[in-house]
Amino acid sequence: MDAIILQFLNGLDKGSAYALIALGLTLIFGTLGVVNFAHGALFMIGAFCSVTVQRILTLSSESLSATEKDFLGNPLKIKTPYVENWFGPEVGAALIDWSVPLAIVFAIPVMLLVGFIMERGLIKHFYKRPHADQILVTFGLAIVLQEVIKYFYGANPLPTPAPSVFVGSFDFGPLLGLDTSLAYPYWRLVYFAFSAAIIGAVFAFLQFTTFGMVVRAGMADRETVGLLGIDIDRRFTIMFGIAAAVAGLAGVMYAPINSPNYHMGMDFLVLSFVVVVVGGMGSLPGAVLAGFMLGILESLASMNEIKNILPGIDQIIIYVVAIIILLTRPRGLMGRKGVMEE
Amino acid sequence: MSFSNPTRRGLIKTGAVASAGLALPTYLRADGHSGFTNAPTGSTVTLGFNVPQTGPYAEEGLDELRAQELAVQHLNGEGDGGMMNTFSSKALKGNGILGKKVEFVTGDTQTKSDAARASAKAMIEKDGAVMINGGSSSGVAVAVQGLCQEAGVIFMAGLTHSNDTTGKDKKANGFRHFFNGYMSAAALAPVLKNAYGSDRKAYHLTADYTWGWTQQESIAAATEAMGWETVNNVLTPLASTDFSSYIAPVLNSGADVLVLNHYGGNMVNSLTNAVQFGLLDKEVNGKKFEIVVPLYSELMAAGAGANVQGVIGSMNWNWQLQDEGSKAFVKSFGEKYGRPPSNSAHTCYVQTLLYADAVERAGTFNPCGVVEALEDFEFDGLGNGPVLYRGDDHQCFKDVLVMKGKENPTNEYDTLEIVEVTPRAQVEYAPDHPMFAGGELGSCNPGA
Repeated sequence: MDAIILQFLNGLDKGSAYALIALGLTLIFGTLGVVNFAHGALFMIGAFCSVTVQRILTLSSESLSATEKDFLGNPLKIKTPYVENWFGPEVGAALIDWSVPLAIVFAIPVMLLVGFIMERGLIKHFYKRPHADQILVTFGLAIVLQEVIKYFYGANPLPTPAPSVFVGSFDFGPLLGLDTSLAYPYWRLVYFAFSAAIIGAVFAFLQFTTFGMVVRAGMADRETVGLLGIDIDRRFTIMFGIAAAVAGLAGVMYAPINSPNYHMGMDFLVLSFVVVVVGGMGSLPGAVLAGFMLGILESLASMNEIKNILPGIDQIIIYVVAIIILLTRPRGLMGRKGVMEE
Repeated sequence: MSFSNPTRRGLIKTGAVASAGLALPTYLRADGHSGFTNAPTGSTVTLGFNVPQTGPYAEEGLDELRAQELAVQHLNGEGDGGMMNTFSSKALKGNGILGKKVEFVTGDTQTKSDAARASAKAMIEKDGAVMINGGSSSGVAVAVQGLCQEAGVIFMAGLTHSNDTTGKDKKANGFRHFFNGYMSAAALAPVLKNAYGSDRKAYHLTADYTWGWTQQESIAAATEAMGWETVNNVLTPLASTDFSSYIAPVLNSGADVLVLNHYGGNMVNSLTNAVQFGLLDKEVNGKKFEIVVPLYSELMAAGAGANVQGVIGSMNWNWQLQDEGSKAFVKSFGEKYGRPPSNSAHTCYVQTLLYADAVERAGTFNPCGVVEALEDFEFDGLGNGPVLYRGDDHQCFKDVLVMKGKENPTNEYDTLEIVEVTPRAQVEYAPDHPMFAGGELGSCNPGA
């Protein structure tokens, strides 16, 4: 029982990342009709926003140690972060410790800008081209973005720890009246809560604001909204930026879970597309539902008890479920009629 | 048809034969050899450095390239000579190899077997490389070793730790300076027994490919021999990035040690995930829970950050060694590049010198002469104490380092500390050891 609960929690956590990326993909597809294969790269850039903020906060002055030597026998360079010089050791250390949450503030404008440049600079030229062209150009863009990040940050994973207050794990065992320990990392719980908040915020934005209402109307009937004198293209461009920011924020908070590296976006990309297709192309609730569902299924399938019966099932479960769902519901779980249909 | 009266048909036939000849690889052309592949005919000789320049191990590949470039400089008499000054063999004079200036070409393995073979093939066929050196994967090493055997050039493997490279997949034209899974396990077991006792229950997570399998088999055998019980061994796909699903079952498995038979990005992520789940803070069976990483590299330890602190593993070589050879290499490398070399950089540097030395001692670039010179060659002064290149399987035997993640690192290169230098005698094994069974070394192939 405890193993099932743990894997369920894992599934919620994995599902959070899938759902956030798939949500952004669906926003872009639903508004602009573009299949954006560079979306995983936006997630990766978000994670590197965390790395960048950490590096900015740890920019240091150097002094030579009187006693310690470096590997060549020269006096060791002692680094003292500027923030510790400016704000005192305690406040400076706290700022560095909280670099990942602080990166959210940095990442939002950066990701909006990246999204805006991507859309205006490249993707808008492919609106009327076939989806195959869009996939090719956005996939190429993803590779370019990867290489740019690799050029500046190298190929190695870069450790980006969570604030020390979130190090360790919470034991659900006593809470659930279990005899055994049921520990789950604090930061993964934070990630789940953060994802839920972002998903809720996106839906609230679309549902309860005038801007959101216009966007939803544009998604349903772009031409009519345009005839009403509304510049729907400009709003869709802004939505591209928001979708980029959603993917970026998913990446920012993911950085402490697995050390960021330049190809981490590709690891999520294919799965996120499966999530979008299973959820139903263009359906925002479908993307979120499928994200969590597939995350939980993937985690449960990796239980030893299940793998002993069906070896390797954890590797294919998502695709098996996708095939079954698409055979029984060709438009996905919550897909609408007419989307990607001639 | 006569030569004085060419016909159109004759011209076409002659042209076709000439074209076919030109299309042949250089090592199969009459002007390209003197009884062996890519025999150097001018005043230079070309070495091929095949390392990952793109992909997840690009940093490791870059460090290998740095070291190989440094070795070429030293061979050509430039710089301070590095380990050539401490090497027990004095055949190298700093005037190239057999008087020929050393040049090099590079290939990108991408850490993919097919790409690595293609880049090695291009260096052999187009650039005339007389040996191939480097790499950061056992899968790549086995693939390129097979190619070099067919092509008739020497292969000096880079970072490859699978038992199979000099086990069932060994080849006469290939040599490995790096240690292997068996040697890691033999070095680690006594240290683990001293540190954690002989009554332990181990849970293994193992990368599902040749290196992972042989590493797990080796460490499980060594730890079971000292009294540990292997509770479970779970194979994890190489493409895995989030290991939480594999870590969660460890918590209530009854195990009190987690052995991560992972390398590179897999190791960074699985170790990070394990620490996140609080495994190192747990107490199981009345003992503190421990994590073991059988194969460490400095570059990947840096990627895992503070998570490596206190975690025991093994390494082939480390820049903190205080023998004269290691100090000379660290000084040369550090002054040129401003950083200490990694253990894969050391392997690639040393192998370049050893190849050159073997050619000098053999008096020929013929691979069969080089093989003969390297087989059962014993030397010192290149780090890790006295070293043997065993003729039976072309595996190098030397001291092995047991490392531990440093509790209070002073800089980014100071992530690991040496716990013990395990003597060579403790990690040696018979050539017919069951873990290395199968496959034949065969005979050297000079190509051409």
